[in-house]
Amino acid sequence: MILETLAVFIPLITFIIAFLGCKIIGDRGAQFLTCTGIIASAVMSCMLFQDVILDGNVRTITLMTWISSGDFIVDWAIRLDTLSVVMMCVITLVSSCVHVYSVGYMSHDAHKARFMSYLSLFTFAMLMLVTADNLIQLFFGWEGVGLASYLLIGFWNHKHSANRAAMKAFIVNRVGDLGLALGIFVIFILFGSVQFDTIFVGVNDVIYDTFPFWGYEIHALTLACLLLFIGACGKSAQLGLHTWLPDAMEGPTPVSALIHAATMVTAGIFLVARFSPLYEYAPDALMVVTYLGAFTAIVAATIGMTQFDIKRVIAYSTMSQLGYMFFALGVSAYGAAMFHLMTHAFFKALLFLGAGSVIHAMSNEQDMRKMGGIWKKIPFTYAMMWIGSLALAGIPYFAGYFSKDMVLESAWADQSSHGNLAYWLGVTAAFITAFYSWRLLIMTFHGKSRASQKVLDHVHESPLSMTLPLLFLSVGAVGAGYVFYELFVGHDREHFWANSLFILPANDTVEAAHHVPMWVKKTPLVAAVSGIVIATLIYGTGGKFAGFISKIFKPLHALFFNKYYFDELYHTIFQRPAIWFGALFTKWGDQKTINGLGPDGIAKLSKGGAGILSKLQTGYVYHYAFMMMIGLVAVISWIFWKMIEW
Amino acid sequence: MTLETFPLLTVMTFLPLVGALFVMLIKGSDDTRVRNNAVNVGAFISFCVFGLSLVMLFNFDTETSDFQFVENVIWFEALNLTYHMGVDGISVFFVVLAALLTPICILLCKQSVTSRTREYVVALLILETLMIGTFCALDGILFYIFFEGVLIPMFILIGVWGGPKRVYAAFKFFLFTLLGSVLMLIALIYMFVAYGTTDIPTMMFDPLAGDIQFWLFLAFFASFAVKMPMWPVHTWLPDAHVEAPTGGSVILAGVLLKMGGYGFLRFSIPMFPEATELFAPMIFWLSVIAIIYTSLIALVQTDMKKMIAYSSVAHMGYVTLGIFTATTNGVEGAIFQMISHGLISAALFICVGVIYDRMHTREIKRYGGIVKNMPKYATLFMIFMLGSVGLPGTSGFVGEILALMGAFQADTVIGTLAASGLVLGATYMLWLYRQVVFGPVENKDAAAMNDVNGMEKFALIPLAAMVIWLGVQPNFVLDRIGPSVENLLNNYYTAISLPTDELARMGR
Repeated sequence: MILETLAVFIPLITFIIAFLGCKIIGDRGAQFLTCTGIIASAVMSCMLFQDVILDGNVRTITLMTWISSGDFIVDWAIRLDTLSVVMMCVITLVSSCVHVYSVGYMSHDAHKARFMSYLSLFTFAMLMLVTADNLIQLFFGWEGVGLASYLLIGFWNHKHSANRAAMKAFIVNRVGDLGLALGIFVIFILFGSVQFDTIFVGVNDVIYDTFPFWGYEIHALTLACLLLFIGACGKSAQLGLHTWLPDAMEGPTPVSALIHAATMVTAGIFLVARFSPLYEYAPDALMVVTYLGAFTAIVAATIGMTQFDIKRVIAYSTMSQLGYMFFALGVSAYGAAMFHLMTHAFFKALLFLGAGSVIHAMSNEQDMRKMGGIWKKIPFTYAMMWIGSLALAGIPYFAGYFSKDMVLESAWADQSSHGNLAYWLGVTAAFITAFYSWRLLIMTFHGKSRASQKVLDHVHESPLSMTLPLLFLSVGAVGAGYVFYELFVGHDREHFWANSLFILPANDTVEAAHHVPMWVKKTPLVAAVSGIVIATLIYGTGGKFAGFISKIFKPLHALFFNKYYFDELYHTIFQRPAIWFGALFTKWGDQKTINGLGPDGIAKLSKGGAGILSKLQTGYVYHYAFMMMIGLVAVISWIFWKMIEW
Repeated sequence: MTLETFPLLTVMTFLPLVGALFVMLIKGSDDTRVRNNAVNVGAFISFCVFGLSLVMLFNFDTETSDFQFVENVIWFEALNLTYHMGVDGISVFFVVLAALLTPICILLCKQSVTSRTREYVVALLILETLMIGTFCALDGILFYIFFEGVLIPMFILIGVWGGPKRVYAAFKFFLFTLLGSVLMLIALIYMFVAYGTTDIPTMMFDPLAGDIQFWLFLAFFASFAVKMPMWPVHTWLPDAHVEAPTGGSVILAGVLLKMGGYGFLRFSIPMFPEATELFAPMIFWLSVIAIIYTSLIALVQTDMKKMIAYSSVAHMGYVTLGIFTATTNGVEGAIFQMISHGLISAALFICVGVIYDRMHTREIKRYGGIVKNMPKYATLFMIFMLGSVGLPGTSGFVGEILALMGAFQADTVIGTLAASGLVLGATYMLWLYRQVVFGPVENKDAAAMNDVNGMEKFALIPLAAMVIWLGVQPNFVLDRIGPSVENLLNNYYTAISLPTDELARMGR
């Protein structure tokens, strides 16, 4: 009881103290407090891992009632099962690394305490999200992480670009949240509750039910799952609602590592996995998830290989990897998706923090065209980026190898047309992933330096507070796949996941993935290695060849480089019409029509209206008020008098 | 004297009026001393009222849906008129809200009102009497007097202490509200004839038969819709807010806008249930239009107060929507939304007032980057901004989600369209905040502003605390409004299941 409550609420307490009391405890105090708090929370989460998962003490602790209105009853609670505890461990461990790293990274910033407190706020909201036992608390965490993300993307709030990106993130996420909210409404009407356990128990009764939505009778579970998935798409940057993620790189790099790579963006994966009991009975919804995931994986990868901003490359890589996780969910391989989520958290946080170390060394330069030839000066960072890239590309025995192959094999093992498509798109994306990873490594660290001499003189390895977290994450990026394979997707998986995931026996693709032909297992590796080789050939020989290729495929390159013109499209179909309608309604709606026919019109109609009004408007408001009062009294007395006569 | 016999509601209602008389008597040659004395006396009186309202709140019985603290004396025997006061779950929080916001406004006028401060305080105190009276009155005529009387001090507040276009705004406010109130008065007279009394509890749940219900509904609707304000009779509100002094805006947004919603719950649903059922779809659409239309308008405003005023219209859209869904979630959500909006919009207008006092402009473009020298202000403003956006953990969320839940239960199309306000609301509020608080400092005057002072903190911090507290513990409110709402809806559904001819046979 105390342990789990503390694990969740320590970050909230440290947030409040560091935010409100930063003047009293100072920057040092705030850094110490938040770091200690989050490390304590991480230790407790690991203890819960032992207790809840390995010893099987699954439980829900209800803290207090939150909202009760009629049948709509919502608690503040901590639900501990395998799914939530795995998430807790990932969140608190990565968050600890990022907290410590931030002490070094933000050492020149004026608002250290505020930054640290926001990180803690984020961690708290994320923990509330994953430990929710009902949809409304999940929604609280869901929007809470959105708020923290907004605050942290816009942390440097004197910059227009940062503010724009922060606002964009919040609003695009709100579109997703709108879907999630509607999904919650449908589920509440369907099950009469928003409590997970009640919902999951009730699924059997509504498998064939339909729901009247906008005049159509739609299969209820499919509708609910699709609406929830809209929410997942917003948070996890899937195609259509992804445009905020690359822009979110305006935030400080530790933020990108924690929120926009390792944890918050995986909330969508968590949501779908949590609702596996519903998704299993909504095959159409699963198919949509698969398709969208697969297309996101490939589209994001193609954009990533043309970008020059080091953080944006990794951001598109994140989006692409999230696509992998979604199509794994779509083929019912929930365990594989969670496995990839976990390993990805380690190696992607490592890559981001490594990139942060590079940026720190290069005096805040993020453009890879202005880097190169610095590997000898920052060998440790260089090694870390190699480890991260090897894990991302899925080279054997690094973490990504186990999880990504599992995802791809499950997709193939689904033996459906969408599973097959996901497999092949995934393999292609794996090739591109390896390609852009080595493009990044070579452009950043190798060749002749393209930076100015002043920047180069300043290049230095990062302080211990930054390198230590990198080292810790690299251990995860190397070993997490091998160590947890059996638990997440291997022989022990049924005991491990217990009842937190639900898979229909016919949909057990993770089991089937163990029996796929050899070529299915080997093709992703071949794709990855060829990606590395080709990237080395093209970029290792200087940038000329790359320019030549992009010229040959000019239209395609333009499409990739301009991110498939999503931003331009949205600007045209949403932003501009909204402003246009706003202006239209102001002028023609309120002013001309309503006021024109109403008060202004009356004033004009009355003979010489303007003249009379201006004569009336002598400014002695007391006179009018007095007249009103006399009028009111007169009217009421007249009524009384009339009434008495009756 | 025990609480049972103590005329708590009467004291709360008329204490401010007595206080107003005292303040009026304050004389002296030294203007600042008169000013300070007036403010201090006014604040003291209104704080006493606030204290009494807390006594009322904490002695409020959460188990019953009956009227409590009832006072009923014969007032005008020949007419069967009674002086009948009482509160139930639906009205109790509005009384507290009025009692909370008045002292805040009186204290804040120390720095924002420079001329005729004494009269300003008097106007606010009279206003408080009328507001509390409106929510306590259990007799139709008594209600009408309070309800319409509110117009007068508000009219004066805008007309005397308002901005440059104050006379236009005051008249517009007057014209719109007058139209509705005349119709309502006629309807009340008709009801007096039909029932032989205007006692509200007598008229509740005892509907008249036949078409007359529909005409009466429309007559009351005209008055409440303007007060709400609902689209398309909302255009008086932005002008009134823009021209009103800070205190006027706070009361207008915080309490006056709730009188329409309260009226719907006290009169329309219980007295005209069949008409309510008939007109509900129309009101749904008006609410949805209000949410989307005014949100889009808010998006392009360049004046801070106008933007927040339009956002109020949109938020009131959720209220009318929730009320007419006639679902537990919808109605409770609507009441909660009114209370929450009372706190949040009042605080937002205070926030605007804070920087207006320093820069004397409401033009959004003139600000920017003020987080640099006003970090505390930025934090407080952000809490209210997020509350307005409906972030979970603030009171704004609870009302919005419940009202939307009710709407979705009633009609999925309406529920979905109304939920689009989640996105639009976030857009204009974040835009406002970004323009005013964030960004590079472009105006030297904006960079020279001081952070919130003691008085402003005293006003804003408790409001912020309440917004968060009600977001985390909304049950404090929901438990108290629950029984009354349940009773209201039970009787409503009983009434609409009775066919009209049966009502006719019952002698109505």
